[in-house]
Amino acid sequence: MVLSSPSPLTPRATAGRSRATRSGWSTPMGVITLVMLGSLAVLAVAGAVLWGQAADRPDPSAVLRAPTASHLLGTDHLGRDLLARLLSATWLSLLPAVAATLLGATAGITLGSLTAVVGGRARRLLGALINLLLAFPALLVAMFFAALFGAGAGGAVCALAVACAPGFARITQTLAAKVAGTDFMAAARVLGLRRHRLLLRHVLPHIAEPLMLNTTVATGSALVALSGLSFLGLGVQPPSYDWGLLLSQGLDRIYTEPLPAVAPGIAIVYAAVAFQLLGEMLAGAAARRVRPRQSEEPALHPARTGVPEAADHVLEVEDLRVALPTAEGVVRPVRGVTLALRRGEMVGLVGESGSGKSLTALAIADLLPDGACATWGTHRFLGTDADSLSRRERRRQLATGMAMIFQNPASAFNPSLRIGTQMTEAVRAHHRTPRAQAVEQALAQLQRVALPGGRRLLRSRPFQLSGGQRQRVAIAAASMMRPDLIVADEPTTALDVTVQRQIMDLLHGVRRDDATAILFISHDIALVADACDRVLVMYGGTIVENLPAHELATGARHPYTRMLVASVPDLATDRDHPLHTIEGRPPDPCGTAPGCPFHDRCPHRVDRCAVESPVLSALDPEHEVACWQPLAPAQFHGQRETEEAEQ
Amino acid sequence: MTTVSARLGALARRHPWVVFCCRRAVRLTVSLFVVVTASFAMIRLVPGDPVRAALGVDAPPDLVAAKRHELGLDHGLSAQYWRYLRHLTHGDLGVSLVTGEPVADLIRARLPATLLLAVLAFACVLVVALPGGLLAAVWTREGRRPRAELAFTATTSVMAGVPDFVLAAGLTAGLAVALRIFPVAGDLGPQSYVLPVLALALAPTAVLLRIVRVETLKVLATDYLRAARAKRLSAVPLYLRHVAPNTLTASLTVAGNLLPALIAGTVLVEKVFAWPGIGSAMAQSVAAQDYAVVEASVLVLGSAVLVVNFLVDLALALLDPRSVIRET
Repeated sequence: MVLSSPSPLTPRATAGRSRATRSGWSTPMGVITLVMLGSLAVLAVAGAVLWGQAADRPDPSAVLRAPTASHLLGTDHLGRDLLARLLSATWLSLLPAVAATLLGATAGITLGSLTAVVGGRARRLLGALINLLLAFPALLVAMFFAALFGAGAGGAVCALAVACAPGFARITQTLAAKVAGTDFMAAARVLGLRRHRLLLRHVLPHIAEPLMLNTTVATGSALVALSGLSFLGLGVQPPSYDWGLLLSQGLDRIYTEPLPAVAPGIAIVYAAVAFQLLGEMLAGAAARRVRPRQSEEPALHPARTGVPEAADHVLEVEDLRVALPTAEGVVRPVRGVTLALRRGEMVGLVGESGSGKSLTALAIADLLPDGACATWGTHRFLGTDADSLSRRERRRQLATGMAMIFQNPASAFNPSLRIGTQMTEAVRAHHRTPRAQAVEQALAQLQRVALPGGRRLLRSRPFQLSGGQRQRVAIAAASMMRPDLIVADEPTTALDVTVQRQIMDLLHGVRRDDATAILFISHDIALVADACDRVLVMYGGTIVENLPAHELATGARHPYTRMLVASVPDLATDRDHPLHTIEGRPPDPCGTAPGCPFHDRCPHRVDRCAVESPVLSALDPEHEVACWQPLAPAQFHGQRETEEAEQ
Repeated sequence: MTTVSARLGALARRHPWVVFCCRRAVRLTVSLFVVVTASFAMIRLVPGDPVRAALGVDAPPDLVAAKRHELGLDHGLSAQYWRYLRHLTHGDLGVSLVTGEPVADLIRARLPATLLLAVLAFACVLVVALPGGLLAAVWTREGRRPRAELAFTATTSVMAGVPDFVLAAGLTAGLAVALRIFPVAGDLGPQSYVLPVLALALAPTAVLLRIVRVETLKVLATDYLRAARAKRLSAVPLYLRHVAPNTLTASLTVAGNLLPALIAGTVLVEKVFAWPGIGSAMAQSVAAQDYAVVEASVLVLGSAVLVVNFLVDLALALLDPRSVIRET
């Protein structure tokens, strides 16, 4: 109504609606929730007023009637209209539930938040008490106390409050413990704030939102539990009534007339579901995912063509692109990558975080997350075009021909499986190697990566190994299949420098012994220059330079590579001068601007760089660069010398 | 103090299992003690005179006094408590205020029916929810099939919202009275288990389905699953070997927490189906104000819940040895 009227309120109302859209209230689920809650609220207020008198008017001439037009649900043993009783009982069922929840929440939250401000021993005692209370199901506790307090609405409400308090205490305790560990609480304590002030000013405001959500959900459960108590005869006593009591009375005659029992049941379920949905909407409002639309990709980088198939190439990829749908739109982290690996060659792929290195690796290995979409001009692995294989054949080829080593050895192993299982399952599945033979192979591989322990190690679980040991196991596991290509995605980043060295030596060993090609992904250009044959420099989702590793220090032609090399400190670096950095920020992976991705950070840019993006083209057979004006090798030396001269 | 805790710490490192079991045993003992005390306190704390309430307002005063003497209510509280504990160790739970029969006999006759109901319902919950949640997660992972996800969420949230006793009434009305497929009430062979078990199991199944799905989604997003995918295992070993064990601990913890509520739920469901178990005995005794039976039922159900909790903790520790180390 407000939206359609041309009043000055319209813009605000529209803003409100767009907020509602984002938090999910205008989804079908949100509308249903609001309608259900609204109808409950209306019934609670209007029910007793409209039907209260009819609900209490006995009619001795119409006792225990079946449903008719005048009594839609029939009448009870005193001839009172059951529909009127059902509707006017809304208030009588909801109010005690809300009261019991609020009482229980107050008690529980007080108890739970005390744990955040009292001393260590008192905290442990309180925690033990909460644990003890939680061991008993709320319904049983409520029954016990309802019997103790005496049957009746007041007793049932108190009993339920007692029963739901431990749950609140536990949640508050958990949430408050998180707050108590934060820096601002430490600061507040140092300032000498008193405990109750800490609690009221610092702890409770920070945990209010989840507690309110929990109270909403608990109200629904309280309604059900109160109905249950009334149903058992422990709650509301006649002549008063609520849905639970109506259900109990209806159940006595369910054999002849099911409706008087079913209708109050439906009412209870309706209210319970309404509160449950409200809780879900509140909880989901923040974490709602938006499924973005796929949009057409602008052709930023013209595809390169005419690369002949080389016999000794293990992998050839041309114009690889990856699109990832996210809440903010489609992100394009990989924008036309072209690379090739020869047999037994170790190629480094370097670039800063977010340049698309890892996604390139995952796309090559066909392991992209769901939703991510990879396209390519050519994708040839072991001489076979990926597009020419069926899904099954391609899986088989990748299973036997390619292995991956992941960045974080702590999370790359399944915590619940033994090392032996994880090492041998691939050969057993794909080569049909018998178990004993697979174990022998695994032992041999472990020996090769210099891991002692043999069978005992195979029987252990990942958490029993150190990070370096796990990465060795990962290398051993990767070479179990004797793959033609190992893709190592930052295999040394999570390890310390001495272990890094050992891992690099192991990778060299694998390459030498099995003639395995290795695609080594890293952000550490010094490590790559040292270990690899060839280096691919990645920036903004594209390869900007492809050069032999020995030329990296002096022969780099792309301004980005040059600056990357210059930013690496060595022993000769003057410590009085700040380290070289690259000004500016990496390009936005959502962006669709034309031109070279590096142009706004490039000190050598020309006008052409902003409008047209350069293609990777060969300077000589071993050296390719994507730049409109590659730097001359000599200029680099000159620049260094001038700098040194200045110093 | 420091030396004691240091020594305990050393002990915990050397024998984590011993320390773990001792802790759990102490917790169980304390909780059982609370239940026993609560059930002792019940008949003495209820407002009014429970004996007179049970015997009726017009019972002669000397009969009431005799009954009180018989129950030992005329002694001091500590003497009563001591007597109560002594009797309890002999399996004597007193006599019913209304019928005068030993309560222990009643419990002995009715406990198996309740336990069988609870165990069957729990088995149903596990059998449906563990594979169901896994399949739902695999189906709807990373936002694929959003409509199936919505249907799953809506169905399970409605299912979880249906209270067991309401469902029991609905099932009786629909399947027993209207369609006459199943017996209406009582224990008349295997058929009569269907409705009570269904009524008890539906809501916990829905809750567990959601938990298993969420846990599975978490595992599906882990690095080690990507590493397992890199081995190109086929679907069955991938999900059964790499996913299921890692969802199991969290799922079974939740399932273990659902079990006490399920046992408590038998009270209401048994009333609907006139099931010859402890719950219906308790409901009848509440109506008849026979507090001797009510307190015994609370004692038995409460202890059952505690013992089940203890066993679940042990089972989880066996399943995931890391939890023992974490805790000690």
